[in-house]
Amino acid sequence: MKFVWKSVVTASALLLGGAALAQQGEVVKIVRIDPLTGLMGPVGTNQDKSYKFFAEKFSGKGNPAGVTFEFRTIDNKLSPTESLNALKSALDSGVRYIAQGNGSSVTAALLDAVNKHNERNPGKEVLLLNDASVDPDFTNSKCSYWHFRFDADTSMKMEAITTFMKDKPDIKKVYLLNQNYSHGHQVAKYAKEGLAKKRPDVQVVGEDLHPLAQVRDFAPYIAKIKAAGADTVITGNWGSDLSLLVKAANEAGYEGKFFTYYAGVTGTPSALGQGSAGRVYQASYLHPNMGGQMQQWMNEFKAKYNDDFYTGSIPRIYAMLGAAMAQAKSTDPLKVAAALEGLKVTTYNGEIEMRRLDHQLQQPLYISVWQKTDAKHSYSPENTGMTFVQQVEYPNYVSSTPTSCQMKRPGK
Amino acid sequence: MEFFVISLLNGLSYGLLLFMLSSGLTLIFSMMGVLNFAHASFYMLGAYMGYSIGRVTGFWVALLLAPLAVGALGALFERLALRRVHRFGHVPELLITFGLSYVVLELVQLIWGRLALEFHPPEVLQGPAFTLIKDATGALGLAWGAAPAQVCQAAGAVCSPFPATRGFMMLSAVVMLVSVWLLLTRTRIGLVIQAALTHPETVETLGHNVPRVFMLVFGAGCALAGLAGVVGGMTFLTEPAMAATVGSIIFVVVVVGGMGSLAGAFVASLIIGVVQTFAVALDYSLGSLLAQLGVTLSPALQGNTLVKMTISQVAPILPYLFLVLVLIFRPRGLLGTREG
Repeated sequence: MKFVWKSVVTASALLLGGAALAQQGEVVKIVRIDPLTGLMGPVGTNQDKSYKFFAEKFSGKGNPAGVTFEFRTIDNKLSPTESLNALKSALDSGVRYIAQGNGSSVTAALLDAVNKHNERNPGKEVLLLNDASVDPDFTNSKCSYWHFRFDADTSMKMEAITTFMKDKPDIKKVYLLNQNYSHGHQVAKYAKEGLAKKRPDVQVVGEDLHPLAQVRDFAPYIAKIKAAGADTVITGNWGSDLSLLVKAANEAGYEGKFFTYYAGVTGTPSALGQGSAGRVYQASYLHPNMGGQMQQWMNEFKAKYNDDFYTGSIPRIYAMLGAAMAQAKSTDPLKVAAALEGLKVTTYNGEIEMRRLDHQLQQPLYISVWQKTDAKHSYSPENTGMTFVQQVEYPNYVSSTPTSCQMKRPGK
Repeated sequence: MEFFVISLLNGLSYGLLLFMLSSGLTLIFSMMGVLNFAHASFYMLGAYMGYSIGRVTGFWVALLLAPLAVGALGALFERLALRRVHRFGHVPELLITFGLSYVVLELVQLIWGRLALEFHPPEVLQGPAFTLIKDATGALGLAWGAAPAQVCQAAGAVCSPFPATRGFMMLSAVVMLVSVWLLLTRTRIGLVIQAALTHPETVETLGHNVPRVFMLVFGAGCALAGLAGVVGGMTFLTEPAMAATVGSIIFVVVVVGGMGSLAGAFVASLIIGVVQTFAVALDYSLGSLLAQLGVTLSPALQGNTLVKMTISQVAPILPYLFLVLVLIFRPRGLLGTREG
């Protein structure tokens, strides 16, 4: 009898112990659906490397859940249609975590497909981890329980930009130049709203939308901006659309300021060159002179790939997934999603929180300016001899914006 | 005013690049009746070869060698593939060039990769060719190269530099136009080419090797595309999609200008370049036009995407609209001679 009791106790202890560590050693496959070719290919390729770099860092002992992260990218050529095919093939191979970032048009298509899939396949849910797509709709009117955004959305970044502009009286005439798709439209919309609120004296002298990743020659746009007399351009452009724009601006001798979202992204630092010193600002959640852990990562990344790391949401995705899986004691997306809601973790620049209301990560934002490197700011993107230097830091509560999301949670 | 001048120059330089491309296409078409679908691929090859040769020899030698290499490839293609297909008629000819464009695209991606290359212009062509200076009184001045800093920083002065790469693009197109024209009208070989255009049998009975003339013309047309590639690749971007982006537009140029008409291609390229550049500057939409005419629109209609759409947003499709209009009202093109 005694023996029986003993074995029951041992067995249940084993079971309990086993349950607590059920996820340990499991492999978590993440597939990112993003461009590796075409004009935006260099951006996707850089982020592919970043994901692989941090998968190594965060696997096994690198995360509290003790899981191993496995990562690969499927090239979507920046096309929503191709992305849906990629999603299908990822799902067929048993992947439950999908990452994506470049192109809100792609995010919208994937979000819709993921919602439908999860509705039709209970028990086989997948999560959409959004690392860079910033259309506010995804955490407002289109918000979904299965979507988590780790970047700061357009409204948050524009909040930071317009707050910064409050103290810049020399900005009088602003031009809005953006890509003609959801993201570009949102940047223009929030820029106008933010300026009206914080700098009603500023005049918006022009507004333009151009096709996404199609324009090779921005000279006509620059001529137009100059003719409009704008002293400042606000643009949400990224990739080639930003580097070619800046190149054309430098060639045409445009002397105004640029407020950008993505000036630190592949190709743009080289295009900025020395001529743009002091005139190009970036609103972001990361800049190349953060110090601490991030600085070490950046240096290590550069040594390994001879490329710059700039997508700071990627280590946060791994950190939050690890914490959520440890808390849920499982790698099942359904349980992990529940654990991610409201989760707070501390990463390279303090505490961040996945807001329960709308799944928008609350994080500090920075405005930094392009200038020559010096002793204190020595990391130089693309070895240009130039760097982004922090002007201000806006803590979580400043950069936070309200949401209209009515989240539908499963089983409720 | 300086906006007008700079935009006009931007438009003209883009138009002249289109002409460099379409001249070869129209030359080949008028001569051989072959609509070369792979023409833009030779343009891309020119850019990539210019980049690779330039890394070894420097830009200026590459500017000479790359078009020659592309021309040789074109001649080889004519000799080995196109000539064999010729006897089966025009459709197989069309199809083989169509196939070639895909083969070239894949080859380029295999050899040079799928990402854009850093094809930098040489030292001399970096920086402005000249600078337009508008001083405080509104008078326009001109300075070669970069204008002195104190002039531009003076109160009320506006400086508009014009990049040297674009100036070079215009210059090479004009030099090319003049030399092709001289070659066709003033030299013996030009006379033979012109004669072979209309009366190939007669020229053949006179003892000229007409197939060889065809091969040379095809090669020369491809070399012109290659030259445009080196210049265009340096000025804009060298990447695998560069053929696709100009591919359709040069057909517009050739059709609008009139199939086989060199002068027509010239006029059409300039029109399309200038129209596309200026369209970007026009913020008129259907809505603003109606508002100016005194028609009041309901708020719902004002928010309508079609009503709100400005000319600058539709700038990229204007050439195609132009193509449709020309095909409807003047099917032989602006300066074309043949009907249909």
